[in-house]
Amino acid sequence: MNKKSFFKKYEWSAWAYLLPALAIIVTFHMLPILYSLVISVHSGGMTDYFKKDVGLSNYSYIITNKHFWYAMWNTVYYVVGSVPIQIFLSLFIAILLNQKIKNLEMYRVIYFLPVITSINAISIVWKYMYQKTGIVNSVLGFLTGMPGPDWLMDTFWAMPAIIIMSVWKGLGYNVIIFLAGLQNVPPSLYDAAKIDGAGRWKTFWNVTWPLISPTTFFVMIMSTISSFQVFAQVYMMTGGGPQESTTVIIYYLYQLAYVEHKMGKASALAFILFIIIFGITYIQKRVTANRVHYN
Amino acid sequence: MFKSIQMEERVLKSIIHVFLISGAITMLAPFIWMILTSFKTKKEALDSSIIFPAQWIFGNYTTAWNSAPFFQYFLNTIFVALVCTIMQLITSSLAAYAFSHMNFFGKEWMFGILMGTMMVPQQVLLVPNYFILKQLGWLNTFLALIVPWSAGFFGIFLLRQFFLTLPKDLWDAARIDGCSRFKFFYKILIPLSTAPLMTIAIFTFVGNWNSFLWPLFVTNDQKFYTLQVGLSNFSQSEGTEWHLLMAASTFCVLPLIIMFFMAQKQFIQGIAHTGSKE
Repeated sequence: MNKKSFFKKYEWSAWAYLLPALAIIVTFHMLPILYSLVISVHSGGMTDYFKKDVGLSNYSYIITNKHFWYAMWNTVYYVVGSVPIQIFLSLFIAILLNQKIKNLEMYRVIYFLPVITSINAISIVWKYMYQKTGIVNSVLGFLTGMPGPDWLMDTFWAMPAIIIMSVWKGLGYNVIIFLAGLQNVPPSLYDAAKIDGAGRWKTFWNVTWPLISPTTFFVMIMSTISSFQVFAQVYMMTGGGPQESTTVIIYYLYQLAYVEHKMGKASALAFILFIIIFGITYIQKRVTANRVHYN
Repeated sequence: MFKSIQMEERVLKSIIHVFLISGAITMLAPFIWMILTSFKTKKEALDSSIIFPAQWIFGNYTTAWNSAPFFQYFLNTIFVALVCTIMQLITSSLAAYAFSHMNFFGKEWMFGILMGTMMVPQQVLLVPNYFILKQLGWLNTFLALIVPWSAGFFGIFLLRQFFLTLPKDLWDAARIDGCSRFKFFYKILIPLSTAPLMTIAIFTFVGNWNSFLWPLFVTNDQKFYTLQVGLSNFSQSEGTEWHLLMAASTFCVLPLIIMFFMAQKQFIQGIAHTGSKE
């Protein structure tokens, strides 16, 4: 290829259109990834930060730190506790909403309401409801006749309380996505199943489930990733307590960076989290690859 | 036989409605409780057996509003969210135009790299961006809240996909009529793309309005606090003044709820769209 055709082949003014977006994305979303690697192998005060090269010691500090493992355990507990319930409930509700129901619009709006409201305001409301003498325990006492726990002050109940609240908050988002997936299933397939004499249960497992598997996969990955990044509800409701029972990874990162000003260690932690999230996405992709049906 | 199937259908429909209604009540109950409590006295708020306030105290709202500079928080939040949204629309549509209509060196390659930025969790960017903003002298300014979120791959991707669905002859016809690249962009492409632009606007605005960790990190001056940071500060300083906290929570969530009711179709379609695209 000669020089002339190289210049003719491309439209060089394209760069003018790309420039605003590229400048921001490169400066604030791409360079920081490399920069955070540099920070994670240094240590020092806020002003003379890059004077001291400490190699991988920030990483070994994190990995051998018991607080990291508490946070890791709590995060896994949160993810395993919330994601399957979230998927099951949202798929269930979406299936109910897909049955040519009256007032579909109204239900969709109601289920979606918690999604758009800010997690901070909602956390204050749930914190109030979770008080020992709060409405949650009143309702539980009314239904079961037993006194409820002091949810957020109890090392055993604090995490389930946060999980319940988060499932409530995020449910509507996945309902909408599942509903869209269900509506993409061609009605002719249901008719065919009916003619073949398949019951509801069989129709679900043999028609609906395989056809919405891309949606289920999408929801699973997105909720796992976002659950690993849970922060605001912990910050607002428990402050990581009681006794670190709700200190999740991002809360630990916030403490390292914002409270203790250990930026190198915080960066190392952020990278470890990145690798974990990347790994999980990759594994989920591999495991589900041959079970997801794209058409 | 026919009758029993009809009966079964009817019973099933009722069961479905029972499930959906109890679900809807669970979704609404915290909001209702928040609003009811916001009108109670401090004493009533501490006793959950009292459902309705003896007297509806509207003064809780003014007390809460005046206990912290909420007016300032609102102004800051609206300003940041609006500017971010407008910038995001401009940067993404320009970049999407280049990716969909132009041929430039390293196009596929760059698109792939940009797509990779979606994989990176925001928290990884927190510490390095703190240093970058510090070097720029932007900490505790609106620039720190606005500029880093004025562009993103999500918007570029969504718009590129949409631009690619438009007929190619459009540009050929316009070119014959002597239309320039840029004129084609703002005279033809943009007016045709209101639906995806609306989706991006809603996502950016809501995301900014509700964003918390980022403003918490880059501002520590009340002058620049956004609503979420201000509210969390208020909640820490008020402790168990639940009636005031519920009043503050109510006026903090109200604007988005009103916006949602006005544009619920766009909200829901936008989300359904992102889910089915991958």
